[in-house]
Amino acid sequence: MTAPTTLASVDPAGGAATAIETAELPIQGSRGYWGSVLRRLSRDPVAMAAALVILCIVLAAIFAPLIAPMDPFKGAMARRLRHVGDATYWLGSDELGRDMLSRLLYAGRLSLFMGVLPVVIAFFIGSGLGIVAGYAGGWVNTLIMRIIDVFFAFPSVLLAIALSGALGAGILNSIVSLTVVFVPQITRVAESVTVQIRNRDYVEAARVSGAHPFAVVRVQVLGNVLGPVFVYATSLISVSMILASGLSFLGLGVKPPEPEWGLMLNTLRTAIYVNPWVAALPGVMIFMTSISFNLVSDGLRSAMEVRQ
Amino acid sequence: MSGTAEPTRGAAPPAGGTDPRDRGGPAQPLLAVDGLVKHFASKGGLFGKGPVVRAVDGVDFAIAKGETLGVVGESGCGKSTTARLLMQINRPDRGDIVFDGELLGSRALDLKSYRRQVQMVFQDSYASLNPRLTVEESVAFGPRAHGLSGSAALARAHDLLRRVGLEPRRFGGRYPHEISGGQRQRVNIARALALEPRLLILDEAVSALDKSVEAQVLNLLADLKREFGLTYMFISHDLNVVRFMSDRVMVMYLGRIAEIGPADAILAAPRHPYTAALLASQPSTDPDARLDEAPLTGDPPNPINPPPGCRFHTRCRFAAEVCRTREPALDPVAPAHFAACHMAVPGSGHPDAPQLPMAA
Amino acid sequence: MILFILKRIGYAAPVALGVTVVCFLLVHLAPGDPLSAILPVDATAEMQAQMRSAYGFDKPLPVQYGLWLWKVLHGDLGTSIATGRPVLSEVSRAVSNSLILAAVATLIGFTFGTFFGFVAGYARDSWLDRVASAIAVFGVSVPHYWLGIVMVIVFSATLGWLPPTGAGPQGSGNWWPDPEHLRYLVLPAVTMSVIPMGVISRTVRALVGDILNQDFVQALRAKGLSEFGVFRHVVKNAAPTAIAIMGLQLGYLLGGSILIETVFAWPGTGFLLNAAIFQRDLPLLQGTILVLAMFFVTLNLLVDVVQTALDPRIERA
Repeated sequence: MTAPTTLASVDPAGGAATAIETAELPIQGSRGYWGSVLRRLSRDPVAMAAALVILCIVLAAIFAPLIAPMDPFKGAMARRLRHVGDATYWLGSDELGRDMLSRLLYAGRLSLFMGVLPVVIAFFIGSGLGIVAGYAGGWVNTLIMRIIDVFFAFPSVLLAIALSGALGAGILNSIVSLTVVFVPQITRVAESVTVQIRNRDYVEAARVSGAHPFAVVRVQVLGNVLGPVFVYATSLISVSMILASGLSFLGLGVKPPEPEWGLMLNTLRTAIYVNPWVAALPGVMIFMTSISFNLVSDGLRSAMEVRQ
Repeated sequence: MSGTAEPTRGAAPPAGGTDPRDRGGPAQPLLAVDGLVKHFASKGGLFGKGPVVRAVDGVDFAIAKGETLGVVGESGCGKSTTARLLMQINRPDRGDIVFDGELLGSRALDLKSYRRQVQMVFQDSYASLNPRLTVEESVAFGPRAHGLSGSAALARAHDLLRRVGLEPRRFGGRYPHEISGGQRQRVNIARALALEPRLLILDEAVSALDKSVEAQVLNLLADLKREFGLTYMFISHDLNVVRFMSDRVMVMYLGRIAEIGPADAILAAPRHPYTAALLASQPSTDPDARLDEAPLTGDPPNPINPPPGCRFHTRCRFAAEVCRTREPALDPVAPAHFAACHMAVPGSGHPDAPQLPMAA
Repeated sequence: MILFILKRIGYAAPVALGVTVVCFLLVHLAPGDPLSAILPVDATAEMQAQMRSAYGFDKPLPVQYGLWLWKVLHGDLGTSIATGRPVLSEVSRAVSNSLILAAVATLIGFTFGTFFGFVAGYARDSWLDRVASAIAVFGVSVPHYWLGIVMVIVFSATLGWLPPTGAGPQGSGNWWPDPEHLRYLVLPAVTMSVIPMGVISRTVRALVGDILNQDFVQALRAKGLSEFGVFRHVVKNAAPTAIAIMGLQLGYLLGGSILIETVFAWPGTGFLLNAAIFQRDLPLLQGTILVLAMFFVTLNLLVDVVQTALDPRIERA
């Protein structure tokens, strides 16, 4: 769009002969890698729409106390299971007569927290382990990756439920179990990207400069590994949202009366014959969040795939 | 052309003056390699290792101070592996590297101080620059790693960029994809010079460039050599480029040295048939000089199982019985000129070999 | 080939051993004394000590693990605290029910997934591709337990076509392929099939697209091969990966069916796990997870072997 980008399209071989003399284009703060990724992402209508949905859900959760029309904990047995479109309860009321809209807004807080946090923690632990394994190679790699292999022997849902089941119900335990589920997956991706990067000429050039391995990793490897790993991690948020709510749905996560989408889905199961659409509402929220994260992640991936 | 502006702080002394790091004096080779061997294990079966690829299989040579040694050979002959062994990217299985009279790995010369004095420019100008770092950051990385402060390292990077013909204010902040191939290779040269090395290994450093850009970079390299008093090991498959650059030439074949000697002598009157074939296979601009027959046919044999005797005998037009059984040593054929061919050695048993003086 | 299988088994063995360690430690991860689940609340100290040594809880962990592994290798997974029956018999009954559900779901998912994948891969960037891709994204993003509830709402609560829960009439615990039992299978199987359908259609779309772009397909077309002939080549090249994904999905479904089984009250391993967790029946929890994980390890091994046998491009040695 602006002058610096046109230079990127100069044919590396053909344009080079004259480039030394004629490269008169002003360079004011050339665009970094992430700048161009974000620019491409912003041109992807699906990803931007999904990002907007996520933004709305996050804002609604943060400002729930301001937006919510009623107290999410106060119910009235006389006004149980009102239908969607009710004059007072716009989205109906639940099995204890609490306002669904308010509860759905408040529930976003715990659901998002429990869905996103495990991936964030796993991103740091997994990237660290993967980079160490990939860069060090040898027995360090064998040790780390063989342990990771063991965790891959459990389907992720089973591992999450097994750990939560053994640790007992609770928000913290759910977050710990989900983190353990995602660390091996992120480690594996980080390791394979690191192994690729480590053999690039520029890393070897940095190594032969006699720099400390730590400096080589920090300056030359980290930036190139974290990008792809980050995109992979964003694709896990969708899974994590579903699993986190699933744990609460089973009664292994949040405890009542705390509002959480998965738990609400569980407690409303008794109402599916009386008021089916209210009973299905919390699932709609999980679904919307999960699919939006997936679409943003897809958009991010294709925005990163383009090489200049 | 190469921005030979004012000499700035931190730069190596100009040619002619003595390098304070010089130890053995001008007669002492800057680099001497003795019996270098590297075998790569190919992917093995269930138990143990598979057959080995003899990438470098016993190589001795030396590079004198201030000279340029050209290294030629087909792909797979071991020239790049030799470079990587010298850079210690791969560790040799056997063999000694002696730098200015001091054995690498001895107390006098540890790896870190060796690497300050020997640097390398890679073939792929794009792959050898970190796409996430600006040009000046890439050049400043080495000095920074050796203890220079951030601003001092950046100042040195700017100075070097200027010396390789890139205006630092214009190019310093650019990313590798924002500059041309020739400019990238200039950056790589600047990066290699940032640690003030005495020996620069150029592994096909100009091979990927356009012909006109190649000439510019070669001129730059010649200028820099004079300016910084450098020694080059110049690896290329292009004999014309090697002819232009080198004082001496080393020809490699299947992990061994086939011939080594003064550039003029080797390129004018090669003593090894392989060198002759390489020279003959250069495309000629003279239509009358074109060959009807390819001088060198087929691929080099498998380095897993090099042929017995002379490694070149399977493709050599002059192969005789002795070539199939006995491996020729790298013997002197003229002053400072060595060839590993039975034909060049009197009394070797080859029918075309010169007669022994006794019989004559 | 035999060498490859041996090598692959040699690789799976330490993983399997690691799985037993994780399963063993699972019980020790649980907060509190593992004994407290077995003993009555008012147990005397003497009784506690007795039980402790009877269960081997007084020995150091590695010894406990060794004893436990020895029993496991002899088919003794312990006794369920809740029912008093051997864990192995409880689990094997549940596994057969789960396997039926997972296998049918995988089959449905594979059929539709490959169909959508082929359509999308052949008609890249057309509206068909977009529809198929949307279905795929739906499949991997939908919370399947919620989808199960919606299915029940639509097909049982509203339309009344299919039974909402259970594996058969009168709470039949053993599934049998008769029309009555089949009706009970429809909803959970279709719900479950959505996940593999999404994954498989995504994979097949990418595979078909890549294969069609390759030079050899262009060469086949240039040679004058009919579109059907080209299609056969595409199938042959896509099959190994697609089948491998299908095998892995079967494992994921078997291990991950707990949520759907809970929604539909399907008497499988998921249901068993649920019961084990809420009754704090740790031997049952441990045994079920061990069996499922071992099944998954074996399945991975089989998938690798089958894929290698089908795909000549993978080096066997």
